[in-house]
Amino acid sequence: MGLLSRLKKIFTGDQEAEAKAAPEKRSEPAASKTAAAKPASKPEDVKVNRIQDAKIKEDKPVVEKITVGHVHMSGCTGCLVSLADNYEGLFKILDDYADLVYCLTLADVRHIPEMDVALVEGSVCLQDECSVREIKETREKSKVVVALGGCAAYGNITRFSRGGQWNQPQHESFVPIGDLIDVDLYLPSCPPGAEAIRNVCLMAYLLLRGDESQKALAAAYLKPLMELPKRGTEACGCDLMVDVINQGLCMGCGTCAAACPVRAVSMQAGKPNVDREMCIKCGACYVQCPRSFYSFDVVGQFESISELIATVMGKGGQ
Amino acid sequence: MVLGNYKTAVCARAADADILKCSQDGGVVTELFTYALENGVIDGAIVAGPGDAPFKPEPIVATTKAELLAARGTRYTISPNMSLIKEATRSYGLDKVGIVGTPCQMQALRKAQLYPIGMRKVPDKIALAIGIFCMENFPYQGLEAIVEDHCNTKMESAVKMDIGKGKFTVYTERGAVTQIPLGATHKYEQPGCHVCLDYVANMADVSTGSVGTPDGWSTVFVRTKKGEDVWSKAVAAGYFETKDIASVKPGLDLVTKLATGKIDRNKKTLEERAKMGVGKGLRNPYI
Ligand SMILES: Cc1cc2nc3c(=O)[nH]c(=O)nc-3n(C[C@H](O)[C@H](O)[C@H](O)COP(=O)(O)OP(=O)(O)OC[C@H]3O[C@@H](n4cnc5c(N)ncnc54)[C@H](O)[C@@H]3O)c2cc1C
Ligand code: SF4
Ligand code: SF4
Ligand code: SF4
Repeated sequence: MGLLSRLKKIFTGDQEAEAKAAPEKRSEPAASKTAAAKPASKPEDVKVNRIQDAKIKEDKPVVEKITVGHVHMSGCTGCLVSLADNYEGLFKILDDYADLVYCLTLADVRHIPEMDVALVEGSVCLQDECSVREIKETREKSKVVVALGGCAAYGNITRFSRGGQWNQPQHESFVPIGDLIDVDLYLPSCPPGAEAIRNVCLMAYLLLRGDESQKALAAAYLKPLMELPKRGTEACGCDLMVDVINQGLCMGCGTCAAACPVRAVSMQAGKPNVDREMCIKCGACYVQCPRSFYSFDVVGQFESISELIATVMGKGGQ
Repeated sequence: MVLGNYKTAVCARAADADILKCSQDGGVVTELFTYALENGVIDGAIVAGPGDAPFKPEPIVATTKAELLAARGTRYTISPNMSLIKEATRSYGLDKVGIVGTPCQMQALRKAQLYPIGMRKVPDKIALAIGIFCMENFPYQGLEAIVEDHCNTKMESAVKMDIGKGKFTVYTERGAVTQIPLGATHKYEQPGCHVCLDYVANMADVSTGSVGTPDGWSTVFVRTKKGEDVWSKAVAAGYFETKDIASVKPGLDLVTKLATGKIDRNKKTLEERAKMGVGKGLRNPYI
């Protein structure tokens, strides 16, 4: 509760407290009523601080945004599409929480700039000098490097490449980015769910812009994803066997089967059975399993955290 | 906090006699889903439907009352209800999904909502999650061994199984009742249950079980805003008979006692697992 109320405060500002403390200051009671009913409206205090630049057309609180880049290695752009699948949520993020400073597909910037968070999509082709150089540059210029999606984190389908394709037949060796640089956070799956990318962006904002306690909340949320790189750069449906069933931890909930993007997991005799020919090694099943990691602190507050995310994303509080 | 957060605890049973006839306890799960389905709270619910063998459940997405009725009653074996959570929203196209599950399945559900890594479009479609109390579960072959070998009853002729008051009980079509001490069933429990730290589905919107209330009634915890909203409306609409939980025996004290027992025991198991080998141990999923 403590952590949560602090989190609520940074997102919604002191709006509620203000309204309680000085209701008489509001000229129109109807307006203040609307503000209270729709906590999604922009916080008063942030509006006051906004940059009064005539050239900025949008009405946006830009002061404390983080900078985010999308670095495209050997991936299919599906992860970026998943980010975009937040629809108006993407605009909300870009309006209020993050500036997209690099993204070959969506932004006209040619060279990797300094940035707070690099969302790296795709694995690195060792025969492509540019990719090798840019992944290292990404590490040097970013505070947080996120392996966005199965290819960046674990190789995913690029694990199966043996070269010989047009128009670069010599491009045959693809490695997860963690084989070349230190990675701070894995967000696996093919592609990672739109809402998961959104949550990580919001939490990264807190981690980098929040005060100590806000950082603590974001860190608690992000911690399990930040621990994933320690497990290495290989993932497979076999992880369910090796790290869950063999460890005596599986209780047959079926979440892994739902998570698999290629339906390689079926439930047999109450336990997952992986069709290993089908598995593309995206890592979704294991991270989604409640017995890979489970935090009573974070998941225990699911109701308030979900409400909060809905509120800050401007979808109202219901 | 072994009972989790809740707004109200109440003793209840379904007002619909047809539902009560074949439900496990007070028919709370089936009646509440029925209310939710009939009143647009959910478009369908993931329940443990009939499988290809007696008392072997198969998760289904029920979109009619008839399907809900066919899924009544506890099967003491694994029904991977979470396996349909993405199917329900995508293949079935439900916008408002209901799901019933054991405490571990409710944990899986909430993790999926907060970390929807492989759960695209699932988080905001969960309209009603009903949790059922759970001490342990058995693989199907384990249940078969209990019923056929220990209780000397054919799976085909069993009509109901129940765990309560320290006994495992099987009822047959012809009225035979066989009881064995629960202790005899322990060795058939699935191992994953021994690290489970939740008895009363703390992560559900509404959770329910038999313990704490008289036979034929259910203990109900209303936990979240969503849960409270649908529960209060269903009660107001006459779907449930309720009694003050403080007025019934054995009441919440027994629930607390059993929950504490389970959690303490399984915490100890987690500690033992951590040092099972020589300087090495097994993984602990809780962070
Ligand atoms: C493995 C297991 C262990 C349990 N242990 C306890 C206990 O220790 N103490 C206690 O008080 N209660 C326990 N229960 C709960 C209890 O047996 C009843 O399920 C609960 O009280 C609901 O009864 P009802 O009459 O409201 O539900 P009903 O209206 O009969 O509906 C039951 C619902 O549960 C679903 N269901 C049945 N079997 C499963 C399953 N294996 N997995 C997921 N969903 C299922 C059905 O599809 C149905 O929708 C346990 C249940 C299970 C499945
Ligand atoms: S998600 Fe994990 S606990 Fe659930 S069935 Fe799959 S491996 Fe088992
Ligand atoms: S089994 Fe499915 S979810 Fe798991 S790693 Fe393979 S493709 Fe990914
Ligand atoms: S004891 Fe726990 S892990 Fe086992 S089925 Fe029940 S809720 Fe799931």
